[in-house]
Amino acid sequence: MPKDTGIGASPKRREDVRFLTGKGRYTDDINVAGQTHVVFLRSDVAHGTIKSIDIAAAEAMDGVVRIFTSKDFEGVGGIPCGWQITSRDGNVMQEPKHPVLAEGKVRHVGDPIAAVVAETESQARDAMEAIVVEIDELPAVIDMKKAVAEGATKVHDELDSNLCYDWGFVEENRDAVEQAMKDAAHVTTLELVNNRLIANPMEPRVAVGDYTSHDGQSTLYTTSQNPHVIRLLMGAFVLNIPEHKLRVVAPDVGGGFGTKIFHYAEEAFCTFAAKALERPVKWTSTRSEAFMSDAHGRDHVTKIELALDADHNFTAVRTETYANMGAYLSTFAPSVPTWLHGTLMAGNYKTPLVYVNVKAVFTTTVPVDAYRGAGRPEATFQLERVIDKAARELGVDPVELRRRNFIREFPYQTPVAVEYDTGDYDATMDKLLTMIDRDGFEARRKDSESRGKLRGLGINCYIEACGIAPSKLVGQLGARAGLYESATVRVNATGGLVVMTGSHSHGQGHETSFPQVVADMIGIPEDQIEIVHGDTANTPMGMGTYGSRSLAVGGSAIFRATEKIIAKAKKIAAHIMEAAEGDIELKDGKFTVAGTDKELAWGDVTLAAYVPHNYPLEDIEPGLEETAFYDPNNFTYPSGAYACEVEVDPETGKVDVLSFAAADDFGNVINPMIVEGQVHGGIAQGIGQALLENCAYDEDGQLLSASYMDYAMPRAHDFPMFQVDHSCATPCTHNPLGVKGCGEAGAIGSPPSVVNAVLDALASAGHDVGHINMPLTPAKVWAAMNNAGGTGSGTAHGRSVDGPAAKI
Amino acid sequence: MYNFELVKPSTLQDAVAALKSEDAQALGGGQTLLPTMKARLAMTEQLVALSGIDEIKGICTDDDGRICIGGATTHTAVAEGATGYPALASLAARIGDPAVRNRGTIGGSLANNDPSACYPAGALASNATIVTNAREIDADDFFRGMFETALDEGEIITEVKFPVPEKAAYEKFIQPASRFPLVAVFVAKFSDGVRVAVTGAASDGVFHWSEAEEALSSDFSEDAVKSLTAPDAVGMISDLHGDGTYRAHLVKVMTARAVKAAV
Ligand SMILES: Cc1cc2nc3c(=O)[nH]c(=O)nc-3n(C[C@H](O)[C@H](O)[C@H](O)COP(=O)(O)OP(=O)(O)OC[C@H]3O[C@@H](n4cnc5c(N)ncnc54)[C@H](O)[C@@H]3O)c2cc1C
Repeated sequence: MPKDTGIGASPKRREDVRFLTGKGRYTDDINVAGQTHVVFLRSDVAHGTIKSIDIAAAEAMDGVVRIFTSKDFEGVGGIPCGWQITSRDGNVMQEPKHPVLAEGKVRHVGDPIAAVVAETESQARDAMEAIVVEIDELPAVIDMKKAVAEGATKVHDELDSNLCYDWGFVEENRDAVEQAMKDAAHVTTLELVNNRLIANPMEPRVAVGDYTSHDGQSTLYTTSQNPHVIRLLMGAFVLNIPEHKLRVVAPDVGGGFGTKIFHYAEEAFCTFAAKALERPVKWTSTRSEAFMSDAHGRDHVTKIELALDADHNFTAVRTETYANMGAYLSTFAPSVPTWLHGTLMAGNYKTPLVYVNVKAVFTTTVPVDAYRGAGRPEATFQLERVIDKAARELGVDPVELRRRNFIREFPYQTPVAVEYDTGDYDATMDKLLTMIDRDGFEARRKDSESRGKLRGLGINCYIEACGIAPSKLVGQLGARAGLYESATVRVNATGGLVVMTGSHSHGQGHETSFPQVVADMIGIPEDQIEIVHGDTANTPMGMGTYGSRSLAVGGSAIFRATEKIIAKAKKIAAHIMEAAEGDIELKDGKFTVAGTDKELAWGDVTLAAYVPHNYPLEDIEPGLEETAFYDPNNFTYPSGAYACEVEVDPETGKVDVLSFAAADDFGNVINPMIVEGQVHGGIAQGIGQALLENCAYDEDGQLLSASYMDYAMPRAHDFPMFQVDHSCATPCTHNPLGVKGCGEAGAIGSPPSVVNAVLDALASAGHDVGHINMPLTPAKVWAAMNNAGGTGSGTAHGRSVDGPAAKI
Repeated sequence: MYNFELVKPSTLQDAVAALKSEDAQALGGGQTLLPTMKARLAMTEQLVALSGIDEIKGICTDDDGRICIGGATTHTAVAEGATGYPALASLAARIGDPAVRNRGTIGGSLANNDPSACYPAGALASNATIVTNAREIDADDFFRGMFETALDEGEIITEVKFPVPEKAAYEKFIQPASRFPLVAVFVAKFSDGVRVAVTGAASDGVFHWSEAEEALSSDFSEDAVKSLTAPDAVGMISDLHGDGTYRAHLVKVMTARAVKAAV
């Protein structure tokens, strides 16, 4: 039965009132008295040596406070990378310096060269235009395979090559996989591109640096998904400011999708310049700047092989991926194609042998890092596409082929390091099939054909690892940080609670769902509970929000802290009611003594904690405030089955998504409405990737999709109403809430469904197209049907792989 | 955006006078000009807003039965008011989004002559007359290539006169990002022949597809289009969203669809 309060209820999101009425308080709403504005002069070429920077004329202009170049940053650290990967040969990855302002060379269009601080933004912009920079252009490095060839132009002269690392996983399986490929009854091979994306949160990035000389405190207001991580990275590695002298505040954040995880040069600049000038310094990214300075996502070029025996059991998977790092290593960039990708290559299947090779490559493009799903969509896409292709080659039902290989026993140790705790892949597949009326598909296809359209159905599974995650494990995997989460629960004297968490919402609705957990545990109304997050000054050290971790890890920390609160409150209640502690029960906000009619209200006990007249002071301290740090012992593994039905216009190649269904297993669900919203958003982004979104560079390293005129964002009318279900729940076995995380699933599971559906539609008209690279634009689909020449451009890897319908 | 002066005259005469000064520029709905200025790609000393001039706004029918639309009339006003020419009203109704349509004007769109704009196709296919403060220009003489028109410096489009065809339709295949036409075709059937204007496809902007005009003038049917070969891909725009071959193919598909849809 639907509940109306607590865990499992769907109260409306309390934060939406302020967001929808224009009362959200975003970083750009922060203006500090005496504030100056900074505008960055950015490179308009992809690669070049800076010969000279003449700021004389600009400096003399109205309102200019100071112009900074890399000379002003001597002795300041580079922007650090938070993850280190070790190559197959045992060497650690090549890690170039990432200066705050370009030193000697520019390495991508948008690389900041100089920073103009002025009284107003437009004065800063005027002066920026008056700076004269002489650059000797060097060849752009765009195609990843060419970039790692002998004699290629190097992005970083001080490195041996453009190869950041060459990672093998599991290296010991390499030969066994090779043998399995040889022994296989059938091997299906697929080459594909996972297209480069730009996150495009509604709110562009903003940074405001402030410094107060009376106490030597620096403050950075920033659009961040994880203020503590920014404080740690920027304080310790870039600016050398101890944490007690540095406060990082991220107020309301208007979307991030990963791209606001990372520590950016602009943040370090504003903090540094505020101190140097003893004046606040504010930067607000323009939308155009966002395209060329927010970290991009995906951009993998992959070859995958799937080996099957005569009974269609998967015997081995081998993949080789070139992963674009861009010009510098962004905070988590090295981890995305490796530990967030290789560990997922078993998928939902009991394939005994897996070998993953990833070559990470420097190019003269914007740095690439985590974007909703981060590595897991890339894994899911290639695996679910190759399985579909195998089914077509073998002439078997793609659903049956998957079922034949499903993992059915849990816990399950995969051959790629991770152990799945729970799951039921048949259940989500069964559920999906009831949602989509598969039997009626042929009739629907006929109907489409009668209207001159081709209809296709694509079905696939996904598994992801989220709730990121166990510090010990990620430490072994190369993380330079822990990945626990924290919460302080402060109960006030009159019974209200403030929960201070290290997680930080950038749209997920934490202010609504976290109180549901606490309210449920204590039995008080949710409006008694306030969530505080996003400010290092008043929250415990936390690792922030990404990797669908906030409920699984952050929520568990809140759960643990609340448990401590309840334990202490029971002690106080036992004392007041003169009963044994073990006899005290807490239900509906009341303490009772088992077997008696004694009772105490929640508020009586909380008041006693702060007015400790009748209080067991000899046993416990007054007050009611507890902190917990939660570090799980495994990832969580949401999974599911997705289906997409499309219609293709054979005359134009245009794809219309007619229906989309998702059956997810998220374990326990706190707020079903929020979960549905998260899945809807994820599917929208996944369909966006599959059909529309494409970040493209030309050979000279110019960003072709540098505005919304060319970067196609999905819009409401591109979608049907999604059908989503999360009734198949196998609760996570290792966190106290039994939750798994739902933020990324939609974006992970949906791209293969769309592509599988389009290829199914084309096949129905006899177009035997092995694959079409995303996005499946009308031009590419038409070209694929007509074997026409190249159309449109691919990702940074470029045209070499991007024949419209590479027939493989 | 760089600083500029804004004047808002209420008569055409004052606007013409204001535009005589060097570095003055007309401002229609600002839906093209303002984004360009915001990106600092355009710089102007003075903007002369046309939105306060009632005499160049509105829709009427003249003695020859032509639909006459004031140069400062918004897309929304045309979508709602050009009832005598449904294909044109439908073209206006599909430009951009409501915010764009409530501001953007027919005069601005024609003066700008973006190679992917909608109105140039409507004007060329309809054999419209573009009226300015100084003269009347036939649509056939007006469009001079990408962002180029026959307008002189400071000349204002005051009115556009559209002869109403027997049948017409506008078929727009959108570019997925900008939602401007990737290729769009306006087909207009008059008693003395058929006119077919194509936008979005060619780098030189709107053009007549004369083979189709000829074929359709003797046989106004989808089949007549289908029997043609697509126009030459040379000179077609090739970009992220489709190459010249694809655009040329779409010209044929959209023409056939326009013929089918023509009412
Ligand atoms: C998001 C978006 C989507 C759009 N989608 C489409 C679309 O699908 N199809 C389409 O066709 N267009 C589209 N447009 C463009 C839109 O139609 C513009 O309104 C139009 O191109 C310019 O008209 P305007 O009145 O806004 O002119 P302005 O931007 O004010 O001016 C444009 C140019 O015309 C000049 N000018 C303006 N009025 C006159 C006049 N009366 N006489 C002489 N010169 C004049 C100006 O000096 C300037 O050089 C879109 C625009 C946006 C922002």
